[in-house]
Amino acid sequence: MSDGSGTTEDAKPTPRAIVAGHGDFAAGLVSAVDVITGRGGQLIPVAVPGLCAEDIEKLIRQRMLESGVKVIFTDLQAGSCTMAARKILRGADDAVLIAGVNLPTLLDFVFAEQMPAVDAARHSAERGKTAITVVGPKVGAGAAGGAGGVGDGGGGGVKQA
Amino acid sequence: MTLVLHRIDDRLIHGQVVVGWGQPLDIRFIVLVDDDVAASEWEQELYRMGAPPEMDVYFLNVDAAVAKLPSYRADARHGILLTGDIETMRRLVDAGGVASINIGGIHHRAGRSQRLRYVFLNESEESALRDLAARGVSVTAQDVPGARPIPLDDILNGVAK
Repeated sequence: MSDGSGTTEDAKPTPRAIVAGHGDFAAGLVSAVDVITGRGGQLIPVAVPGLCAEDIEKLIRQRMLESGVKVIFTDLQAGSCTMAARKILRGADDAVLIAGVNLPTLLDFVFAEQMPAVDAARHSAERGKTAITVVGPKVGAGAAGGAGGVGDGGGGGVKQA
Repeated sequence: MTLVLHRIDDRLIHGQVVVGWGQPLDIRFIVLVDDDVAASEWEQELYRMGAPPEMDVYFLNVDAAVAKLPSYRADARHGILLTGDIETMRRLVDAGGVASINIGGIHHRAGRSQRLRYVFLNESEESALRDLAARGVSVTAQDVPGARPIPLDDILNGVAK
């Protein structure tokens, strides 16, 4: 993992967020952030293969305690990691969960080092919502069957190029 | 239509259920039977937010579920009956009308042995599943629709591990 701070070669970046999701989603996304920016060290990838809901919650909570981070990114609103994170963050007013994370969201987050992590996460979520672009012929509204809507938020902002 | 899937999944409502099964089976409602969740408004809200707006989720304890199962079976829409453990499903089988059970996820916990990537069982749970099968219920494990349904004998004999 590259140095995320960009200041010294050996300095270890301080983790600022957890990324959790299905399969190798988190590791893949963090790897992509690191390839693009060298700042992947700000993110802690968490995979949860074979774990029950209770153990997922324990694992994410443990990673948060170890690292002191207050930001969790997850892949799917209906996912087990999101459910666990919501339980962990219940009643916490100093932490934030961003469900439905994508690569543009994380890129924005790792470059917003001047902001408190929680604020940076909220900012990056807005960036991520607007970062999807559709390239190709427009289809009629009635022919766009199947698009969107499986409890994954989305939040609009898809651009037609 | 009716209840098209009777699933045991200790993560309850999550991606595989809502998206993996929900979309291909055109699932419009989930009957979540769990005594603890039925007693907790907060947990109900947590799980409800994991499902898309067009999918109804009904939270019931076992007794209430037994009373209402005929109406869910007569529902014109497709639905999933979902429990978080074998014992809850067994009680529903006792009430009649359950011909097949899908084991979707019973994850690692102390005292359980791994049978499949997503199925861990202790001796008591194995015995309960054998009992259900002996009563004529088809018991298979299948986490997502695209996977092969694995018969109970193969699960317990380690053939499919």
